[in-house]
Order: sequence, then C-alpha cells, then structure tokens
Amino acid sequence: MPTKLIVDCSTGVTTEVELTAEEIAQREADAAAFAEAKAIEEAEAQAKAEARAVILERLGLTEDEAKVLLG
Amino acid sequence: MATTYKAIATVTVGSGGAANIEFTSIAADWTDLIILCSLRSNSASTADNLKIELNGSTSNFTARSIYSTSDSSPNSYSFSIGEIAGINATNTTASVFSNTTIYICNYASANNKSISTDSVAENNATRGDLSLYATLWSNSSAITSIKLVAAGGNFIQYSTATLYGISNS
Repeated sequence: MPTKLIVDCSTGVTTEVELTAEEIAQREADAAAFAEAKAIEEAEAQAKAEARAVILERLGLTEDEAKVLLG
Repeated sequence: MATTYKAIATVTVGSGGAANIEFTSIAADWTDLIILCSLRSNSASTADNLKIELNGSTSNFTARSIYSTSDSSPNSYSFSIGEIAGINATNTTASVFSNTTIYICNYASANNKSISTDSVAENNATRGDLSLYATLWSNSSAITSIKLVAAGGNFIQYSTATLYGISNS
C-alpha cells in the first residue's frame, strides 16, 4: 500500500500514513491527467521542431548555422 | 537581530518511498515560505514532474514554464494542473537527485498566491534539465498545508524537503 509523509509544523512530528482508497483513486486520476498534459506538451514541442526545420530548409541553413546566427 | 529565515520542518523519505509529502498546520507567522527540495522519483522515465496542492486543493492553478536542457534551446509551456517543477526519475544517473526551490509569496494573505519555482533535474552523465515555473493559485485563503506530489511515481528514499519561513522584518 502506498504511503504519504505528513509533517505537523506545529509539533515537528512526522507520521507515515497509508493512502486511503479515495486517495489512491485520486492519485490515479491525477497521473492520467498528467500523462495527457505531457502528451500535449510533447506534441507542441514536436510541432515547433518541425516548423523550425521547415524554416531552416527554406533559408538553406543547418541547425548549427542557425545557432551561430541566433547565438 | 530579527530572525528572517527559519527552518520550520524537514522531512526525509524512508526506505519504502512516499507517494507524497505534506506540511500541515502551517502557522501564519511569516511573510513568505520557501521549500528547498532534493527529490528523485521512481517513475520509469528520464524526468518526473513535481506537483503542488495547497490546502488540499488541486484546482485554480495557472502556470507558465520555461524548460531547457544543457544541449537544447528553451521551450515554454502553460499548465493548469499544479505542476511546478521537473525532477529526476529512474532513467537518469543513479543516486542523483534534483535540486528544487519553491517560493510562495504572502502565503497568509487574503489575495491570490504567487509561486515561483526553479529546479534542475540533473543527469551527470550527459546533461542537466532546467525548469522555471511562474504559478498563480487563485484562492484568497491563507495557506495552512502544502502537499508535494511526484506526478508519475513515488519519491524514493533519501528525498528531502525543508520548509522555511521568511520574515520581512
């Protein structure tokens, strides 16, 4: 069973507690939402890289030459 | 001389790992809060994402990040799921932990809360990954609890987080 660490700042006491079924379900939902957001992030990055490659080809520049130009 | 920077509490993850780390019963004694973290996730990837929940809330977060590695140009992303940093995960160099600083401004005020984060997910073999996040939590309640969550796995043993109180006088 997964656990969580809880620090009570008023006492300084740390306790290790097993996650409840509800917390585990929420955690799984959060993980799914995270994976979805990550997929969108990667798609945006891929689209940006492809757009960059098209522009460089149109200009007749290599990636290294573009770095020198923009450096 | 007044104490302007004080460690409130520290937690270190034990051998079983931890799904999350929570600081509770945070008193309104300070102006700002800082959390310094050394974290690593067991997510089967090159990086995991650190998420934050405030007073048990996972909503009303808006964020913009800049992410870059030592071998590529930076990219910018926007998020609304409380993601505040990138951290080391399983497929990075063994035993290497990320360094993360989370700064929460005016945490006890009745205004919305601004959070800034900088984090380096280190890979001492080939590169380092830098992430900077500017986050707004649109909620007027004073922050009394903070939960840190590894989005894709659990924090592994020896991960640590220390909460500091910052005073402006």
